[in-house]
Amino acid sequence: MRFATAALAVLAVTTAHAEEYNAIQADKSAVAFVYRQMNVPVDGRFGKFAAQLKFDPAKPAAASASIDLDLASIDAGSAEANDEVAGKLWFNTKAHPTARFVASSFRPLGGNRYEAVGKLTIKGRTQDMTAPFTFSTQGRAGIAEGALTIRRADFGIGEGIWADFGTVANEVQIKFRLLAEAQPNKK
Amino acid sequence: MTRYTGTAIALHWLMAILILGICGVGLYMTGLPLSPTKLQIYSWHKWAGVTAFLLALVRIAWRARHRPPALPVAMPHWQQIAAHGGHALLYVLMVAIPLTGWLMSSAKGFQTVYFGVLPIPDLLAKDKELGDLLRDVHATLNYLMIAIVAGHVGAALKHHFIDRDDILTRMAPRHSRKEQSA
Repeated sequence: MRFATAALAVLAVTTAHAEEYNAIQADKSAVAFVYRQMNVPVDGRFGKFAAQLKFDPAKPAAASASIDLDLASIDAGSAEANDEVAGKLWFNTKAHPTARFVASSFRPLGGNRYEAVGKLTIKGRTQDMTAPFTFSTQGRAGIAEGALTIRRADFGIGEGIWADFGTVANEVQIKFRLLAEAQPNKK
Repeated sequence: MTRYTGTAIALHWLMAILILGICGVGLYMTGLPLSPTKLQIYSWHKWAGVTAFLLALVRIAWRARHRPPALPVAMPHWQQIAAHGGHALLYVLMVAIPLTGWLMSSAKGFQTVYFGVLPIPDLLAKDKELGDLLRDVHATLNYLMIAIVAGHVGAALKHHFIDRDDILTRMAPRHSRKEQSA
């Protein structure tokens, strides 16, 4: 009897932790960025993106994630900037309408910290990228929140007259907050 | 006392040059297509604007402690009122124009970072409509200033060449050294 109770307790704990968060709630998620223009930080964001996530904090090795950013939905801080970044020197949005990150592996970093290792493709160029994030739960939902810094020149974002980092810095910080619910039938 | 103090004269001409430059650049830069040059010019405009604002405060503080020479007694009463009113309005605009520029910049989501080093806090959060409104206010105040400066210059020239009084020369820097050595 005692054994059974203990086993049940273990099972309860395990199931509580073995929750796989797999249904992204787009309206409660966000992908934003900060770039520096004449050393002034400017906030931007992606209005539309499609993300897939399967993440069980107890089994990060089995997790998977991908995100497609709709570059036409970019808000780079002003209407003038939005027009500009759609052009060939920046994202060339007509030829490359989406930017894509696909995680190939996840590593626990201790506590509620993890990192996703994967490949980021923007404007036809692919780079290895590591995205550190924290994972917390809120009721039935799990929230992955993190930031990574990319170098725009690695992807040819801002060529020609914009290639000089004196006006627009090379480093761009990308911030993400993905909220996913655990839907057992989706497994 | 018939002349302004050396400090008042220096501040007057320094600000005259600054205001003319900043206002001219402001009129020019808004029509430019987006480019690194445009971003640089905008930054310089803002840095110069912050400098002009600080100088305006110094100038107002100086003015409060040093009474300027009186206007010629022969001047008609309405002209004296117009002169004092014009000067007062110029002081108000010297403060209000950079302030609206800073607020507009904040509302448009572009913080002002003095010389690219010192971030000036944003009093307003990003708000497109408020930003557009403040842009209009900033522009309108500038057109008002251009009109008053035109009147100011015209009046100074009229005093010098028609009335032949000392209104212009008492603000002119060129005699100061001679007078000191005399």
